[in-house]
Amino acid sequence: MDPRLDRDQGLRMTVSSPRYAVSSYLYRRPKLRLGMLLSAPFLWLGLAYLGALAALFVTAFWHTDSFTGQVVTEWSLDNFKTLFTDTVYRTITFRTVWIAALVTVIDAVIAFPMAFYMAKFASPRAQRILVIAVMTPLWASYLVKAYAWRTMLSGNGVLHWLLNPFGLDGPGYGLPATVITLSYLWLPYMILPIYAGLERLPNSLVDASGDLGAKAGRTFRSVILPLTFPAIVAGSIFTFSLSLGDYIAVKIVGGTSQMLGNVVYDNIGAANNLPFAATVATVPVVIMLVYLAAVRRTGALDNL
Amino acid sequence: MTVSKKTKYALLAALVIGLVIIYFPLLVVLLNSFNADTTFGWPPSSFTFEWWIRAAGNEGALNALWTSVQAGLAATAIALVLGTMAAFALQRYRFYGRNSVSLLIILPIALPGIVTGIALNNAFRTILGVDLGLFTAIVAHATFCIVVVFNNVVARLRRMGGNLEEASMDLGADGLTTFRLVTFPMLRSALMAGGLLAFALSFDEIIVTTFTLGTGMETLPIWILNNLFRPNQAPIVNVVAAVLIVASTVPVYLAQRLSGDTASGGRI
Repeated sequence: MDPRLDRDQGLRMTVSSPRYAVSSYLYRRPKLRLGMLLSAPFLWLGLAYLGALAALFVTAFWHTDSFTGQVVTEWSLDNFKTLFTDTVYRTITFRTVWIAALVTVIDAVIAFPMAFYMAKFASPRAQRILVIAVMTPLWASYLVKAYAWRTMLSGNGVLHWLLNPFGLDGPGYGLPATVITLSYLWLPYMILPIYAGLERLPNSLVDASGDLGAKAGRTFRSVILPLTFPAIVAGSIFTFSLSLGDYIAVKIVGGTSQMLGNVVYDNIGAANNLPFAATVATVPVVIMLVYLAAVRRTGALDNL
Repeated sequence: MTVSKKTKYALLAALVIGLVIIYFPLLVVLLNSFNADTTFGWPPSSFTFEWWIRAAGNEGALNALWTSVQAGLAATAIALVLGTMAAFALQRYRFYGRNSVSLLIILPIALPGIVTGIALNNAFRTILGVDLGLFTAIVAHATFCIVVVFNNVVARLRRMGGNLEEASMDLGADGLTTFRLVTFPMLRSALMAGGLLAFALSFDEIIVTTFTLGTGMETLPIWILNNLFRPNQAPIVNVVAAVLIVASTVPVYLAQRLSGDTASGGRI
Protein backbone atom coordinates (compact mmCIF):
# COMPACT_ATOMS: atom_id res chain seq x y z
CA MET A 1 0.00 0.00 0.00
CA ASP A 2 1.12 3.53 -0.65
CA PRO A 3 2.55 4.77 2.65
CA ARG A 4 1.08 8.21 2.05
CA LEU A 5 -2.44 6.82 1.98
CA ASP A 6 -1.72 4.94 5.16
CA ARG A 7 -0.68 8.14 6.88
CA ASP A 8 -3.78 9.98 5.68
CA GLN A 9 -5.92 7.26 7.08
CA GLY A 10 -4.05 7.50 10.37
CA LEU A 11 -4.74 11.20 10.43
CA ARG A 12 -8.44 10.73 9.85
CA MET A 13 -8.53 8.27 12.71
CA THR A 14 -6.81 10.65 15.13
CA VAL A 15 -9.32 13.42 14.39
CA SER A 16 -12.09 11.46 16.01
CA SER A 17 -9.94 9.83 18.72
CA PRO A 18 -10.21 10.85 22.38
CA ARG A 19 -6.56 11.91 22.29
CA TYR A 20 -7.43 14.48 19.67
CA ALA A 21 -10.33 15.69 21.77
CA VAL A 22 -8.03 16.22 24.77
CA SER A 23 -5.54 17.99 22.54
CA SER A 24 -8.07 20.44 21.15
CA TYR A 25 -9.61 20.93 24.58
CA LEU A 26 -6.21 22.00 25.86
CA TYR A 27 -5.52 24.08 22.78
CA ARG A 28 -8.53 26.24 23.53
CA ARG A 29 -7.47 26.77 27.16
CA PRO A 30 -4.05 28.47 27.28
CA LYS A 31 -4.44 29.21 31.00
CA LEU A 32 -4.92 25.55 31.80
CA ARG A 33 -1.87 24.67 29.70
CA LEU A 34 0.17 27.34 31.48
CA GLY A 35 -1.02 26.03 34.83
CA MET A 36 0.03 22.49 33.95
CA LEU A 37 3.43 23.64 32.73
CA LEU A 38 4.07 25.74 35.80
CA SER A 39 2.70 23.28 38.37
CA ALA A 40 5.71 21.00 38.83
CA PRO A 41 8.47 23.65 38.68
CA PHE A 42 6.44 25.82 41.03
CA LEU A 43 5.84 23.03 43.53
CA TRP A 44 9.56 22.26 43.52
CA LEU A 45 11.01 25.77 43.64
CA GLY A 46 8.19 27.90 44.97
CA LEU A 47 6.88 25.58 47.62
CA ALA A 48 9.75 23.26 48.57
CA TYR A 49 12.76 25.52 48.04
CA LEU A 50 11.27 28.85 49.12
CA GLY A 51 9.58 27.03 51.98
CA ALA A 52 12.93 25.68 53.12
CA LEU A 53 14.46 29.17 52.95
CA ALA A 54 11.55 30.62 54.93
CA ALA A 55 11.84 27.87 57.53
CA LEU A 56 15.55 28.61 57.86
CA PHE A 57 14.85 32.27 58.42
CA VAL A 58 12.28 31.40 61.10
CA THR A 59 14.79 29.10 62.81
CA ALA A 60 17.13 32.07 63.17
CA PHE A 61 14.80 33.42 65.88
CA TRP A 62 14.84 30.19 67.91
CA HIS A 63 17.63 28.80 70.04
CA THR A 64 19.20 25.54 71.12
CA ASP A 65 18.74 24.13 74.59
CA SER A 66 22.26 24.00 75.99
CA PHE A 67 21.63 20.74 77.89
CA THR A 68 19.69 18.60 75.42
CA GLY A 69 20.99 20.14 72.19
CA GLN A 70 17.42 20.28 70.92
CA VAL A 71 16.05 23.30 69.10
CA VAL A 72 13.65 25.27 71.32
CA THR A 73 10.89 27.00 69.36
CA GLU A 74 10.78 30.16 71.44
CA TRP A 75 10.93 33.49 69.65
CA SER A 76 13.73 35.82 70.59
CA LEU A 77 16.29 38.15 69.09
CA ASP A 78 19.11 36.77 71.23
CA ASN A 79 20.96 35.22 68.28
CA PHE A 80 20.98 38.52 66.44
CA LYS A 81 22.08 40.30 69.62
CA THR A 82 25.04 37.92 69.93
CA LEU A 83 25.87 38.39 66.28
CA PHE A 84 25.96 42.17 66.53
CA THR A 85 27.53 42.61 69.95
CA ASP A 86 30.16 39.88 70.00
CA THR A 87 33.36 41.39 68.62
CA VAL A 88 34.46 38.06 67.12
CA TYR A 89 31.46 37.94 64.81
CA ARG A 90 31.73 41.62 63.98
CA THR A 91 35.38 41.17 63.02
CA ILE A 92 34.56 38.14 60.88
CA THR A 93 31.67 39.94 59.17
CA PHE A 94 33.81 42.96 58.32
CA ARG A 95 36.66 40.73 57.21
CA THR A 96 34.34 38.78 54.91
CA VAL A 97 32.84 41.90 53.35
CA TRP A 98 36.30 43.41 52.98
CA ILE A 99 37.63 40.25 51.27
CA ALA A 100 34.59 40.11 48.96
CA ALA A 101 35.05 43.77 48.01
CA LEU A 102 38.79 43.34 47.42
CA VAL A 103 38.23 40.23 45.28
CA THR A 104 35.65 42.16 43.25
CA VAL A 105 38.01 45.08 42.62
CA ILE A 106 40.94 42.82 41.71
CA ASP A 107 38.77 40.84 39.30
CA ALA A 108 37.41 43.99 37.68
CA VAL A 109 40.92 45.40 37.18
CA ILE A 110 42.20 42.16 35.64
CA ALA A 111 39.05 41.44 33.63
CA PHE A 112 38.53 44.85 32.01
CA PRO A 113 41.61 44.99 29.73
CA MET A 114 41.14 41.32 28.82
CA ALA A 115 37.50 41.86 27.90
CA PHE A 116 38.41 45.07 26.07
CA TYR A 117 40.83 43.35 23.74
CA MET A 118 38.42 40.45 23.23
CA ALA A 119 35.49 42.71 22.35
CA LYS A 120 37.21 45.40 20.31
CA PHE A 121 40.31 44.03 18.60
CA ALA A 122 39.97 40.27 18.23
CA SER A 123 38.62 38.91 14.94
CA PRO A 124 35.17 37.26 15.14
CA ARG A 125 36.76 33.82 14.98
CA ALA A 126 39.30 34.67 17.69
CA GLN A 127 36.46 36.17 19.74
CA ARG A 128 34.57 32.89 19.74
CA ILE A 129 37.66 30.94 20.72
CA LEU A 130 38.57 33.42 23.45
CA VAL A 131 35.08 33.28 24.97
CA ILE A 132 35.32 29.50 25.14
CA ALA A 133 38.84 29.78 26.58
CA VAL A 134 37.56 32.02 29.35
CA MET A 135 34.45 29.91 29.95
CA THR A 136 36.01 26.46 30.07
CA PRO A 137 37.76 26.87 33.45
CA LEU A 138 34.37 27.78 34.95
CA TRP A 139 33.49 24.12 34.54
CA ALA A 140 36.68 22.80 36.07
CA SER A 141 35.76 21.76 39.57
CA TYR A 142 35.79 24.54 42.16
CA LEU A 143 37.66 22.27 44.51
CA VAL A 144 40.29 21.38 41.93
CA LYS A 145 40.97 25.05 41.31
CA ALA A 146 41.26 25.82 45.01
CA TYR A 147 43.49 22.77 45.30
CA ALA A 148 45.62 24.05 42.40
CA TRP A 149 46.29 27.20 44.40
CA ARG A 150 47.13 25.18 47.47
CA THR A 151 49.82 23.56 45.33
CA MET A 152 50.92 26.91 43.90
CA LEU A 153 51.18 28.57 47.31
CA SER A 154 52.74 25.74 49.30
CA GLY A 155 56.12 26.25 50.96
CA ASN A 156 58.12 24.56 48.23
CA GLY A 157 55.48 25.21 45.57
CA VAL A 158 55.43 26.99 42.25
CA LEU A 159 55.11 30.57 43.51
CA HIS A 160 58.08 30.06 45.81
CA TRP A 161 60.06 28.72 42.84
CA LEU A 162 58.98 31.61 40.59
CA LEU A 163 59.63 34.40 43.09
CA ASN A 164 62.73 33.01 44.76
CA PRO A 165 65.17 34.28 42.08
CA PHE A 166 63.95 37.81 42.81
CA GLY A 167 64.56 37.41 46.53
CA LEU A 168 60.81 37.23 47.18
CA ASP A 169 58.61 34.50 48.53
CA GLY A 170 54.95 33.51 48.02
CA PRO A 171 52.45 34.75 50.61
CA GLY A 172 52.03 31.27 52.12
CA TYR A 173 48.63 30.25 53.47
CA GLY A 174 46.55 33.02 55.02
CA LEU A 175 44.23 35.87 54.10
CA PRO A 176 46.29 37.11 51.09
CA ALA A 177 46.26 33.55 49.75
CA THR A 178 42.48 33.47 50.25
CA VAL A 179 42.05 36.70 48.29
CA ILE A 180 44.26 35.39 45.47
CA THR A 181 42.39 32.09 45.29
CA LEU A 182 38.93 33.67 45.38
CA SER A 183 39.95 36.22 42.71
CA TYR A 184 41.16 33.34 40.56
CA LEU A 185 38.00 31.30 41.12
CA TRP A 186 35.57 34.05 40.14
CA LEU A 187 37.59 35.84 37.41
CA PRO A 188 35.61 34.36 34.46
CA TYR A 189 32.35 35.52 36.07
CA MET A 190 33.70 39.07 35.75
CA ILE A 191 35.21 38.78 32.26
CA LEU A 192 32.09 37.48 30.52
CA PRO A 193 29.61 40.24 31.49
CA ILE A 194 32.20 43.00 30.84
CA TYR A 195 32.95 41.46 27.46
CA ALA A 196 29.24 41.46 26.62
CA GLY A 197 28.93 45.06 27.79
CA LEU A 198 31.91 46.24 25.74
CA GLU A 199 30.60 44.46 22.68
CA ARG A 200 27.45 46.59 22.89
CA LEU A 201 29.46 49.82 23.21
CA PRO A 202 29.56 51.47 19.75
CA ASN A 203 33.09 52.16 18.49
CA SER A 204 31.88 55.42 16.99
CA LEU A 205 31.39 56.91 20.46
CA VAL A 206 35.01 56.23 21.36
CA ASP A 207 36.18 57.67 18.03
CA ALA A 208 33.97 60.73 18.45
CA SER A 209 35.46 61.35 21.87
CA GLY A 210 38.93 61.23 20.33
CA ASP A 211 37.90 63.51 17.46
CA LEU A 212 36.62 66.04 19.96
CA GLY A 213 40.07 66.18 21.48
CA ALA A 214 39.89 63.82 24.44
CA LYS A 215 43.03 61.88 25.25
CA ALA A 216 42.84 58.14 25.92
CA GLY A 217 42.51 58.58 29.70
CA ARG A 218 39.71 61.09 29.35
CA THR A 219 37.83 58.93 26.84
CA PHE A 220 38.11 56.01 29.22
CA ARG A 221 36.85 57.99 32.19
CA SER A 222 34.08 59.94 30.45
CA VAL A 223 32.84 57.58 27.75
CA ILE A 224 33.88 53.96 28.12
CA LEU A 225 33.62 53.55 31.87
CA PRO A 226 30.17 55.13 32.37
CA LEU A 227 28.71 53.08 29.51
CA THR A 228 30.17 49.77 30.67
CA PHE A 229 29.63 50.37 34.38
CA PRO A 230 26.39 48.33 34.51
CA ALA A 231 28.27 45.37 33.03
CA ILE A 232 31.02 45.67 35.63
CA VAL A 233 28.38 45.79 38.36
CA ALA A 234 26.71 42.72 36.85
CA GLY A 235 30.02 40.86 37.14
CA SER A 236 30.53 42.17 40.66
CA ILE A 237 27.25 40.60 41.75
CA PHE A 238 28.78 37.18 41.15
CA THR A 239 32.25 37.85 42.54
CA PHE A 240 30.81 39.55 45.62
CA SER A 241 28.06 37.05 46.33
CA LEU A 242 30.23 33.99 45.74
CA SER A 243 33.00 35.36 47.98
CA LEU A 244 30.56 36.23 50.78
CA GLY A 245 29.31 32.67 51.12
CA ASP A 246 32.58 30.87 50.64
CA TYR A 247 34.09 28.77 53.39
CA ILE A 248 36.02 26.08 51.52
CA ALA A 249 38.69 28.16 49.78
CA VAL A 250 39.55 29.80 53.09
CA LYS A 251 39.78 26.35 54.68
CA ILE A 252 42.14 25.14 51.95
CA VAL A 253 44.48 28.12 51.60
CA GLY A 254 43.46 30.45 54.44
CA GLY A 255 45.39 28.83 57.27
CA THR A 256 43.42 29.44 60.45
CA SER A 257 41.51 32.50 59.20
CA GLN A 258 37.73 32.39 59.26
CA MET A 259 35.00 33.88 57.12
CA LEU A 260 31.24 34.04 57.69
CA GLY A 261 30.77 30.72 55.91
CA ASN A 262 33.08 28.99 58.38
CA VAL A 263 31.03 30.28 61.32
CA VAL A 264 27.86 28.88 59.72
CA TYR A 265 29.57 25.58 58.95
CA ASP A 266 31.02 25.17 62.44
CA ASN A 267 27.69 25.95 64.07
CA ILE A 268 25.95 23.31 61.99
CA GLY A 269 28.58 20.66 62.54
CA ALA A 270 30.69 20.86 65.68
CA ALA A 271 28.55 23.22 67.74
CA ASN A 272 25.22 21.69 66.61
CA ASN A 273 23.56 25.09 66.88
CA LEU A 274 21.33 25.34 63.82
CA PRO A 275 19.45 28.47 64.97
CA PHE A 276 22.67 30.45 65.31
CA ALA A 277 23.97 29.11 62.00
CA ALA A 278 20.72 30.31 60.43
CA THR A 279 21.19 33.73 62.03
CA VAL A 280 24.71 34.04 60.64
CA ALA A 281 23.54 32.81 57.23
CA THR A 282 21.06 35.69 57.01
CA VAL A 283 24.01 38.12 57.01
CA PRO A 284 25.30 37.35 53.48
CA VAL A 285 21.71 37.18 52.22
CA VAL A 286 20.87 40.60 53.68
CA ILE A 287 24.14 42.10 52.40
CA MET A 288 23.39 40.70 48.93
CA LEU A 289 19.82 42.04 48.99
CA VAL A 290 21.08 45.49 50.00
CA TYR A 291 23.74 45.31 47.29
CA LEU A 292 21.20 44.24 44.66
CA ALA A 293 18.85 47.04 45.69
CA ALA A 294 21.71 49.53 45.51
CA VAL A 295 22.83 48.48 42.03
CA ARG A 296 19.34 48.08 40.57
CA ARG A 297 19.33 51.64 39.35
CA THR A 298 22.48 51.15 37.28
CA GLY A 299 20.60 48.66 35.12
CA ALA A 300 23.11 45.96 36.07
CA LEU A 301 20.39 43.36 36.55
CA ASP A 302 19.52 43.53 32.85
CA ASN A 303 23.14 42.66 32.11
CA LEU A 304 23.04 39.33 33.88
CA MET B 1 38.18 51.83 16.64
CA THR B 2 41.34 53.90 16.37
CA VAL B 3 43.71 53.65 19.29
CA SER B 4 47.46 53.96 19.48
CA LYS B 5 49.53 50.87 18.73
CA LYS B 6 50.93 51.07 22.24
CA THR B 7 47.50 50.82 23.90
CA LYS B 8 46.53 47.96 21.66
CA TYR B 9 49.64 45.95 22.48
CA ALA B 10 49.29 46.71 26.18
CA LEU B 11 45.73 45.33 26.06
CA LEU B 12 46.86 42.26 24.15
CA ALA B 13 49.58 41.69 26.75
CA ALA B 14 46.97 41.97 29.52
CA LEU B 15 44.79 39.39 27.76
CA VAL B 16 47.67 36.96 27.29
CA ILE B 17 48.85 37.35 30.90
CA GLY B 18 45.25 36.90 32.10
CA LEU B 19 44.86 33.67 30.15
CA VAL B 20 48.21 32.42 31.42
CA ILE B 21 47.07 33.13 35.00
CA ILE B 22 43.82 31.24 34.30
CA TYR B 23 45.44 28.15 32.82
CA PHE B 24 48.81 27.95 34.57
CA PRO B 25 47.58 26.58 37.95
CA LEU B 26 45.53 23.92 36.14
CA LEU B 27 48.60 22.93 34.15
CA VAL B 28 50.60 22.64 37.36
CA VAL B 29 48.05 20.16 38.74
CA LEU B 30 48.22 18.13 35.52
CA LEU B 31 52.02 18.03 35.65
CA ASN B 32 52.05 17.25 39.37
CA SER B 33 49.98 14.13 38.81
CA PHE B 34 53.10 12.72 37.11
CA ASN B 35 55.52 14.20 39.66
CA ALA B 36 57.61 11.37 41.10
CA ASP B 37 58.44 13.34 44.24
CA THR B 38 55.89 12.56 46.99
CA THR B 39 56.23 16.00 48.59
CA PHE B 40 55.54 17.67 45.25
CA GLY B 41 58.47 20.01 45.31
CA TRP B 42 58.62 22.26 42.29
CA PRO B 43 60.00 21.93 39.65
CA PRO B 44 59.45 18.16 39.41
CA SER B 45 62.74 16.25 39.24
CA SER B 46 61.35 13.15 37.54
CA PHE B 47 58.04 11.82 36.25
CA THR B 48 56.10 8.63 36.88
CA PHE B 49 52.82 6.90 35.98
CA GLU B 50 52.74 5.20 39.35
CA TRP B 51 50.11 7.54 40.88
CA TRP B 52 47.76 7.08 37.94
CA ILE B 53 47.96 3.31 38.28
CA ARG B 54 47.36 3.51 42.02
CA ALA B 55 44.48 5.96 41.62
CA ALA B 56 42.79 3.65 39.11
CA GLY B 57 42.56 1.02 41.87
CA ASN B 58 41.69 3.38 44.73
CA GLU B 59 38.42 2.13 46.15
CA GLY B 60 37.46 5.33 47.96
CA ALA B 61 37.90 7.46 44.86
CA LEU B 62 36.05 4.97 42.62
CA ASN B 63 33.13 4.69 45.04
CA ALA B 64 32.94 8.46 45.25
CA LEU B 65 32.99 8.66 41.45
CA TRP B 66 30.05 6.23 41.26
CA THR B 67 28.07 8.25 43.83
CA SER B 68 28.78 11.43 41.84
CA VAL B 69 27.61 9.84 38.61
CA GLN B 70 24.39 8.52 40.18
CA ALA B 71 23.59 11.87 41.77
CA GLY B 72 24.46 13.73 38.56
CA LEU B 73 22.31 11.54 36.30
CA ALA B 74 19.27 11.61 38.57
CA ALA B 75 19.50 15.36 39.21
CA THR B 76 19.92 16.00 35.48
CA ALA B 77 16.85 13.92 34.65
CA ILE B 78 14.71 15.89 37.10
CA ALA B 79 16.19 19.21 35.97
CA LEU B 80 15.49 18.37 32.32
CA VAL B 81 11.79 17.84 32.99
CA LEU B 82 11.28 20.80 35.33
CA GLY B 83 13.58 23.17 33.41
CA THR B 84 11.83 22.45 30.11
CA MET B 85 8.38 22.91 31.62
CA ALA B 86 9.41 26.22 33.17
CA ALA B 87 11.04 27.34 29.91
CA PHE B 88 7.85 26.68 27.92
CA ALA B 89 5.74 28.48 30.51
CA LEU B 90 7.94 31.56 30.62
CA GLN B 91 8.80 31.77 26.94
CA ARG B 92 5.37 31.03 25.46
CA TYR B 93 3.04 32.78 27.90
CA ARG B 94 2.74 36.22 29.41
CA PHE B 95 1.27 36.19 32.89
CA TYR B 96 1.24 38.04 36.18
CA GLY B 97 4.29 37.22 38.29
CA ARG B 98 6.33 36.05 35.32
CA ASN B 99 9.40 38.00 36.45
CA SER B 100 9.12 36.57 39.95
CA VAL B 101 9.09 33.05 38.55
CA SER B 102 12.23 33.68 36.51
CA LEU B 103 13.90 35.13 39.61
CA LEU B 104 12.83 32.04 41.54
CA ILE B 105 14.56 29.80 39.00
CA ILE B 106 17.86 31.70 39.33
CA LEU B 107 17.65 31.96 43.12
CA PRO B 108 19.25 28.58 43.98
CA ILE B 109 22.51 29.57 42.30
CA ALA B 110 22.29 33.29 43.07
CA LEU B 111 22.20 32.72 46.83
CA PRO B 112 25.42 31.58 48.53
CA GLY B 113 25.63 27.78 48.39
CA ILE B 114 25.84 27.54 52.14
CA VAL B 115 22.42 29.19 52.53
CA THR B 116 20.78 26.77 50.10
CA GLY B 117 22.68 23.95 51.78
CA ILE B 118 21.59 24.54 55.35
CA ALA B 119 18.05 25.52 54.31
CA LEU B 120 17.58 22.15 52.60
CA ASN B 121 19.41 20.32 55.39
CA ASN B 122 17.03 21.86 57.91
CA ALA B 123 13.99 21.14 55.74
CA PHE B 124 14.90 17.48 55.25
CA ARG B 125 15.89 16.68 58.81
CA THR B 126 13.67 18.75 61.05
CA ILE B 127 10.61 19.53 58.92
CA LEU B 128 10.19 16.40 56.80
CA GLY B 129 12.04 14.02 59.11
CA VAL B 130 13.88 12.41 56.19
CA ASP B 131 17.30 10.85 56.80
CA LEU B 132 20.01 12.35 54.62
CA GLY B 133 21.20 10.05 51.86
CA LEU B 134 21.78 9.95 48.15
CA PHE B 135 18.14 10.86 47.53
CA THR B 136 18.30 14.13 49.47
CA ALA B 137 21.48 15.14 47.63
CA ILE B 138 19.74 14.45 44.31
CA VAL B 139 16.81 16.68 45.28
CA ALA B 140 19.22 19.45 46.27
CA HIS B 141 21.26 19.13 43.07
CA ALA B 142 18.17 19.15 40.87
CA THR B 143 17.11 22.42 42.53
CA PHE B 144 20.11 24.34 41.26
CA CYS B 145 20.45 22.42 37.97
CA ILE B 146 17.01 23.54 36.74
CA VAL B 147 18.34 26.96 35.76
CA VAL B 148 20.95 25.55 33.35
CA VAL B 149 18.40 23.52 31.41
CA PHE B 150 15.97 26.42 31.58
CA ASN B 151 18.49 28.85 30.04
CA ASN B 152 19.32 26.52 27.17
CA VAL B 153 15.71 25.69 26.34
CA VAL B 154 14.56 29.32 26.58
CA ALA B 155 17.30 30.39 24.18
CA ARG B 156 16.24 27.68 21.72
CA LEU B 157 12.52 28.45 22.00
CA ARG B 158 13.21 32.12 21.39
CA ARG B 159 15.05 31.29 18.17
CA MET B 160 12.56 28.68 17.06
CA GLY B 161 9.34 30.71 17.16
CA GLY B 162 5.96 28.99 16.96
CA ASN B 163 5.33 28.86 13.20
CA LEU B 164 6.32 25.27 12.59
CA GLU B 165 4.18 24.03 15.46
CA GLU B 166 1.20 25.99 14.18
CA ALA B 167 1.75 24.56 10.72
CA SER B 168 1.83 21.08 12.19
CA MET B 169 -1.47 21.67 14.00
CA ASP B 170 -3.03 23.19 10.89
CA LEU B 171 -2.12 20.04 9.04
CA GLY B 172 -4.10 18.05 11.56
CA ALA B 173 -1.59 16.82 14.12
CA ASP B 174 -2.74 16.91 17.72
CA GLY B 175 -0.68 18.50 20.50
CA LEU B 176 1.21 15.35 21.45
CA THR B 177 2.06 14.45 17.84
CA THR B 178 3.25 17.99 17.22
CA PHE B 179 5.47 17.82 20.28
CA ARG B 180 6.83 14.41 19.28
CA LEU B 181 7.46 15.13 15.61
CA VAL B 182 8.10 18.90 15.49
CA THR B 183 8.88 20.55 18.80
CA PHE B 184 11.01 17.87 20.42
CA PRO B 185 13.34 17.24 17.44
CA MET B 186 14.06 20.96 17.30
CA LEU B 187 14.69 21.10 21.03
CA ARG B 188 16.75 17.94 21.20
CA SER B 189 20.22 19.45 20.89
CA ALA B 190 19.38 22.24 23.35
CA LEU B 191 18.17 19.60 25.81
CA MET B 192 21.37 17.60 25.35
CA ALA B 193 23.48 20.71 25.89
CA GLY B 194 21.46 21.76 28.94
CA GLY B 195 21.56 18.23 30.32
CA LEU B 196 25.33 17.99 29.91
CA LEU B 197 25.91 21.28 31.64
CA ALA B 198 23.47 20.37 34.41
CA PHE B 199 25.36 17.12 34.93
CA ALA B 200 28.67 18.99 35.05
CA LEU B 201 27.25 21.44 37.59
CA SER B 202 26.00 18.62 39.79
CA PHE B 203 29.23 16.68 39.40
CA ASP B 204 31.31 19.61 40.69
CA GLU B 205 29.07 20.80 43.47
CA ILE B 206 30.48 20.61 46.96
CA ILE B 207 28.89 23.08 49.40
CA VAL B 208 25.24 22.09 49.00
CA THR B 209 26.32 18.44 48.80
CA THR B 210 28.14 18.68 52.13
CA PHE B 211 24.85 19.52 53.84
CA THR B 212 22.51 17.19 51.98
CA LEU B 213 24.43 13.95 51.43
CA GLY B 214 24.11 11.19 54.03
CA THR B 215 26.90 10.67 56.55
CA GLY B 216 29.60 8.29 55.36
CA MET B 217 28.76 8.92 51.71
CA GLU B 218 31.14 10.79 49.44
CA THR B 219 30.86 12.39 46.03
CA LEU B 220 34.13 12.94 44.21
CA PRO B 221 34.57 16.59 45.29
CA ILE B 222 33.84 15.61 48.89
CA TRP B 223 36.33 12.77 48.62
CA ILE B 224 38.96 15.27 47.47
CA LEU B 225 38.19 17.63 50.33
CA ASN B 226 38.34 14.77 52.87
CA ASN B 227 41.71 13.61 51.54
CA LEU B 228 43.21 17.02 50.84
CA PHE B 229 44.88 17.39 54.19
CA ARG B 230 46.25 13.84 54.34
CA PRO B 231 49.83 13.97 53.02
CA ASN B 232 49.97 10.25 52.13
CA GLN B 233 46.91 10.64 49.91
CA ALA B 234 48.35 13.66 48.06
CA PRO B 235 49.50 11.74 44.94
CA ILE B 236 46.05 10.18 44.45
CA VAL B 237 44.31 13.53 45.05
CA ASN B 238 46.57 15.02 42.36
CA VAL B 239 45.53 12.38 39.85
CA VAL B 240 41.81 12.77 40.64
CA ALA B 241 42.17 16.55 40.29
CA ALA B 242 43.95 16.13 36.96
CA VAL B 243 41.22 13.78 35.69
CA LEU B 244 38.55 16.29 36.71
CA ILE B 245 40.33 19.12 34.87
CA VAL B 246 40.50 17.11 31.66
CA ALA B 247 36.94 15.82 32.07
CA SER B 248 35.56 19.33 32.62
CA THR B 249 36.44 20.36 29.07
CA VAL B 250 34.15 17.66 27.64
CA PRO B 251 30.75 19.17 28.53
CA VAL B 252 31.79 22.62 27.31
CA TYR B 253 33.08 21.22 24.04
CA LEU B 254 30.03 19.04 23.44
CA ALA B 255 27.59 21.77 24.48
CA GLN B 256 29.23 24.15 22.02
CA ARG B 257 28.98 21.55 19.27
CA LEU B 258 25.38 20.72 20.08
CA SER B 259 23.91 24.17 20.07
CA GLY B 260 24.96 27.49 18.66
CA ASP B 261 23.00 29.27 21.37
CA THR B 262 25.03 31.71 23.39
CA ALA B 263 23.46 30.37 26.59
CA SER B 264 25.26 27.06 26.37
CA GLY B 265 28.47 26.92 28.30
CA GLY B 266 27.56 29.90 30.40
CA ARG B 267 27.33 28.69 33.93
CA ILE B 268 24.62 31.18 34.61
